[in-house]
Amino acid sequence: MKPPPRLRVEGLSVRFHLPGATVQAVTDAHFEVRPGQCLALVGESGCGKSVMAHALMGLLPGNASIEGAAWLESGDTPPVNLIAAPEKVLARTVRGRRIGLVPQSPATHLTPVRTARAQLTEALRELGNPDRADTLAERAGLSPSDLDRYPHQLSGGMAQRVVNAIALAGDPWLIIADEPTSGLDRPLVEATMTELRRLADDGRAVLLITHDLRAAQQVADHVAVMYASRILSLEPAADFFTGPRHPYAAGLLDALPSRRFAAIPGQPPELTDLPEGCAFRPRCARATDDCGRLPLPPLGDNRVACHHPLESHVAR
Amino acid sequence: MLRAEGVVVSYGRQRVLGGVGIEVSPGQVTGLAGPSGCGKSTLARVLAMLLKPAAGRLTVDGVDVRRWRHRVPRELRGQVALIFQQPRLAVDPRFTLLDVIAEPLRAAHRSIEHARELAEEMGLTPELLSRRPHEVSDGQLQRACVARSLTLRPRYVICDEMTTMLDASTQAHLVARLEAYRLESGAGVLAITHDDELLIRWTGPSGGSIRHLSEMAPAA
Repeated sequence: MKPPPRLRVEGLSVRFHLPGATVQAVTDAHFEVRPGQCLALVGESGCGKSVMAHALMGLLPGNASIEGAAWLESGDTPPVNLIAAPEKVLARTVRGRRIGLVPQSPATHLTPVRTARAQLTEALRELGNPDRADTLAERAGLSPSDLDRYPHQLSGGMAQRVVNAIALAGDPWLIIADEPTSGLDRPLVEATMTELRRLADDGRAVLLITHDLRAAQQVADHVAVMYASRILSLEPAADFFTGPRHPYAAGLLDALPSRRFAAIPGQPPELTDLPEGCAFRPRCARATDDCGRLPLPPLGDNRVACHHPLESHVAR
Repeated sequence: MLRAEGVVVSYGRQRVLGGVGIEVSPGQVTGLAGPSGCGKSTLARVLAMLLKPAAGRLTVDGVDVRRWRHRVPRELRGQVALIFQQPRLAVDPRFTLLDVIAEPLRAAHRSIEHARELAEEMGLTPELLSRRPHEVSDGQLQRACVARSLTLRPRYVICDEMTTMLDASTQAHLVARLEAYRLESGAGVLAITHDDELLIRWTGPSGGSIRHLSEMAPAA
């Protein structure tokens, strides 16, 4: 029996070298995504979460240096380390075929001068999928006539379904959605999240990268919180939304308009100048001298990178 | 009162606003909701005197707006401030953050000292003020845009999806800053967003109403 597919990220770090400075974009990240599950990676803009997505797709610029590993175990072939694999392997066997990307803005991702059908057909042809565009469109909730429109003639929701159909053209088992909801209104956000949930329920693995906690709540099975390049906590979604254990996670949830609507004091550190130890220490009410030492990352049984986590009020 | 009546705007043959009216009262947060593409941002641009409507009337505290964009008289121009959804498209990429915040003061031939105070209140350090937009995050840039909007002490502040791109904590901080300004100055705020939970929370303390653009007038 072949083993089930999974994405296993182990100690992934990404650095950008600029003249006179080094940006620590991702530091020592560990997580797993399996079919049937949705992992939401949440955090504010500039915390490094999009760089993570680009690293997994092999789309980082040339001045990036990468450490660690990201094993794509597809079950049918030997595992591919997405970080070390040559571009040829990524282009021919990974992107589109094993990993589908749901982009940040459907309206700008599509070529404005070609119809949705032309773009979907091209994806199917390039990926060697014999299915017809109409079949895929129907599966994504579009009628065949919608495909004959140009991107500017599509509503936001329809454009989203077109890029979803393109992401699925190569039948990938892993979907990476990088801020798929930015700029969408609430009903469209909910529709997009319902769509991602359906993909997970159909047996695909979904990695959702977002700053929108309400969107994450709608689909995620697990939530990873990223702050200043590190993953600070990785918990089941139910635990995260009812009783987060990391003080930063608790602060983020408390800032929601439906909760206390109170900002976390201070601002995140610069990724070029991170403090020693826990990067959240300067803003944390629970910080002590211990926090000058780096806490262990969330890995295995350890769910929070914190010396003084909050008590969880969720019964275990 | 900032009042628009019977505002009509078309882009080419596409009519976006078909006779829309709205009132923003001083001292209150008025909410404006509606789905993507319903004309919220177009109405915001009219209210900020950046877009001349094909028909309709705009008054600022009883004064008729007769000239638009760069022809707006100086005494009117500083009365209404607009904060945009995407800060990156709303600043000159060649400016430092301090230049961004000080721009309205320079245009009004005033001292730029006030810009530094506003920046400090927004949590922007002197080091950040010397950077250019591409060297800061969306959250930091939007903080600068909020500071810029308050430099001339406007009577009305229009926030067009100001926090849609930002995380929950930065959103709460920016809204709290505008609430502090409203309480201290008695200014009126128009909060435009499709986030219903945010609108309820933002308009609640001042008892302001929430309008839905799709219900306001038929866009013919």
